[in-house]
Amino acid sequence: MKIAFRLNGKQIHIDAAPDRRVVDVLREDLGMTGTKESCAAGDCGACTILVDGESRLSCLMLAVQLEDRDITTIEGIAEGEQLHPVQNAFVEHGAVQCGFCTPGMVLASVDLLNRNSAPSRDQIREGLSGNLCRCTGYQMIVDAVEAAAEELRDRQES
Amino acid sequence: MNDQNFDNKNTSFSYLESRPLHIGASVPRLDAYEKVTGKEKYAADYYGENLVWAGVKRAGVPHAVLRGIDFSSAVKVPGIVRVLTHEDITGSNRQGVIRKDQPVLVNDKARHCGDAIALVLADNKESLKEALDLIVCDFEPLPGVFDSEQGLRNGAALVHEDNADGNRLLKGEIKTGSGSDAYKECDVIVEACFQTQSQEHAYLETEAGWARLLANGKLEIVCSTQTPFRDRMEVAEALGLDPTLVRIIAPYPGGAFGGKDGVTVQTLLGLAALHSGGRPVKMWWNREESFVSGTKRHAALMYYQLGAKADGTLHFLDVRLYFDTGPYDHLGGVVLTLALEHAGGPYRIPNAQLTGWAVYTNNPIGGAFRGFGVTQVTAAVEQVMDMLAQKLGMDPVKLRLKNATKRGDRSCVGKTMVCSNGLVECLETLSKHDLWKQADDWKSSAGPFKRRGVGIAAAMQGSGYGPVVPDYANAKVELTSDGKIRVYCGVVDMGQGNASTNLQIAGSILGQESGQMELVLPDTDRTLPSGSASASRCTYTFGNALIGAAETLKQRILQRAADLFMASGPHEMALIPGSVRHLPTGREVPLFRLVKFFQDSERIAVHHFRAPVAADNIGVSPEIKLHGLPHTLFSFGACLAAVEVDELTGAAEVKRFLAVSDCGKVLNPQIYQQQIHGGIAQGLGYALSEKLEVEKGRILTTGFSTYIIPTASDVPEIDSIAVEIYEPTGPFGLKGVGEIATNGPLPAVANAVADALGIRVFESPLTAERILEAFASNGRQESSI
Repeated sequence: MKIAFRLNGKQIHIDAAPDRRVVDVLREDLGMTGTKESCAAGDCGACTILVDGESRLSCLMLAVQLEDRDITTIEGIAEGEQLHPVQNAFVEHGAVQCGFCTPGMVLASVDLLNRNSAPSRDQIREGLSGNLCRCTGYQMIVDAVEAAAEELRDRQES
Repeated sequence: MNDQNFDNKNTSFSYLESRPLHIGASVPRLDAYEKVTGKEKYAADYYGENLVWAGVKRAGVPHAVLRGIDFSSAVKVPGIVRVLTHEDITGSNRQGVIRKDQPVLVNDKARHCGDAIALVLADNKESLKEALDLIVCDFEPLPGVFDSEQGLRNGAALVHEDNADGNRLLKGEIKTGSGSDAYKECDVIVEACFQTQSQEHAYLETEAGWARLLANGKLEIVCSTQTPFRDRMEVAEALGLDPTLVRIIAPYPGGAFGGKDGVTVQTLLGLAALHSGGRPVKMWWNREESFVSGTKRHAALMYYQLGAKADGTLHFLDVRLYFDTGPYDHLGGVVLTLALEHAGGPYRIPNAQLTGWAVYTNNPIGGAFRGFGVTQVTAAVEQVMDMLAQKLGMDPVKLRLKNATKRGDRSCVGKTMVCSNGLVECLETLSKHDLWKQADDWKSSAGPFKRRGVGIAAAMQGSGYGPVVPDYANAKVELTSDGKIRVYCGVVDMGQGNASTNLQIAGSILGQESGQMELVLPDTDRTLPSGSASASRCTYTFGNALIGAAETLKQRILQRAADLFMASGPHEMALIPGSVRHLPTGREVPLFRLVKFFQDSERIAVHHFRAPVAADNIGVSPEIKLHGLPHTLFSFGACLAAVEVDELTGAAEVKRFLAVSDCGKVLNPQIYQQQIHGGIAQGLGYALSEKLEVEKGRILTTGFSTYIIPTASDVPEIDSIAVEIYEPTGPFGLKGVGEIATNGPLPAVANAVADALGIRVFESPLTAERILEAFASNGRQESSI
């Protein structure tokens, strides 16, 4: 079926089976492999995307659910070469190791900071507890989200 | 991707803000930029036009004769390209590093549920799944072996009928001093049996790869691997190919931790590409398949007796280890041997009798996993150390300090420790930390129905391959025709950060910032053989080679520039970012100009490094020596867990964690801490929640909703302190940091639980059920303090 939605700020039209998983639409049909797949069961968060600004799991979403939605993937949050503050903080604070959880973790963090601009470390941990990482032990991810929150608040004020 | 000129890319960092690359600075990882934007291409991200999907029919039974395979219905599924069985393999159809005992596709019998029976090639994933479901295996069930101790008994079913030692893959025996006889000379003896579980690597990127056969006969395989050069030989032998016609390209794996130390998808993909009519082939195991077919940390049964003099001087150790290696030798003998070497921990114990068996079973495959046997025995020895301290009425830190090895002492296998050894500094730093000094206050402020305990553990971790197997690296550095410095990494970066560290090493020697650097990831056609990404060896071994190559290139650049400037010699010249400067006059020549005065053959420098090995003969059998004993380079550590136990549920929660480690000098503090934090998190999962349920060879926990790895809410805030003792043989004084941190969490947590409750749980993980059961059976009143 024909499906129309916004992807990373651009209106697009696709032709896909209504029950095709969104992660397959993104990775296989549109070639956007920044969205990762790891468990295919909604347990790990690697395939996180933003749907109308809120984090959702693209392995549990079907193509038909994209209709009229505003979808953001990891490819869509930097402005050109200018990294999003969350991406920048992940780089600077050592939150990236193998990097396979990173796209989902970054988008989940963006969503978290949209809902809470000044989370405590415990709130960050809780907010990201749906996204598994096997490399970092999470501490530097928490550091990065704290730093990004501060940067985003500074930008808001100025 | 179907471009016949497809080439492994050179990664440039010139689009980023250029950063200085000093040794010792927390330079943010240069791979992080592409990973954080989703641009980095992992093996799982390769698709391409006209793609064929390849998938595997698994045995699903733990032990059975394969009488036949019926795929007549499967081939009729629309979209099926081919169904392949062992009959389509013209090579040895065997894989493995030491004993080649694992079939690519089963030809005689299934030895575990994850065995590969048939390979299906399809136009799309849907057809592939349908066809796999339609393949029928005719199995004649056999009795199985599901317990390592039982597997050694007479009359046990045999996993490999052709193995002269029955189900014994390897037996190792080491005696030092007067061995078990020293028992009589002890004032105090403690005795215990510990059982540790299988652990899943649970990397986020499951086993994945992509392959194609070129018109010229070359087989190209892009895969998630720790061992590209070894893979090339294994694929070639198993499929009967000329190894020079096999090319392995290794992008950054999405995690590996030992589970990609050896062949996973590679040979199957190669076989598929030989039969796909020139079309590219993709294979990507799903999570369940990764659980069922991938390797695990060996489950272990460990009998310990530790004896000491009344003053706490360790005198005697008797250990029996039973390691469940599953049906295939996935480095199981090497894992057991490293366990034997570390069975006595980092302590001086003059008399020891150490015996261990790696046993074939029909359980999931036991293999390499960060810590590599050391994790299991550290869990045991560090708990008996606490039991001994309690029996002696000694402070657990003081008992460890009293017996800690120093440089020049002998380890429990009789090896003289010649490398830098910061164990005493680690323990002293721990004992001065507030988490230890204020432990009593913290424990006494537990809330209602909560009990608190603080436990410690020490550890050491040998690095490299041991005395026989050459532990070498070949570094290659190029001054590119446009004046950049390109580093060819021979060792995979599975997340530990060595690729970025390599740039830091070469950049610092050649005076360049990140913007002038380029990187080539491991590729058997472009980079040079440098061994596996394993054994805490990556930056130690490759870094030493890289220093040699970068210094050679530096001298060549400075000499050529000195000649151009008619300077008296290279000592008057200095490399600065993008240029060479003549120091007496301040004149400069940019590298992109200077390179025009180089012939192509001069632009590349290579250097070979082979890691030093133990010189002493400690009298072990040649077989045990071949399996890696003894090592000569060790990292050390001490750690502390502050644990709160809920009396009503039994749930233990780690509230704080401290790790003090001696991994030599730190080249990049941020990357160092990443390794420590990550090792601790995996160790805490092993300690508390990661319980692989296996029933008669079948894994019941095949996903993250039943196999529980730590989330951000489960890992506490970690204090990590580096005790930076300079290691003279290391690059810039470094030792390996990849594994040491994963060994301490289980015993530290178990010691903390024992401290909190007055009881000990001898089987890991320490789940709420087990703690509650131990607590209840011990009697509430009795254990109340």
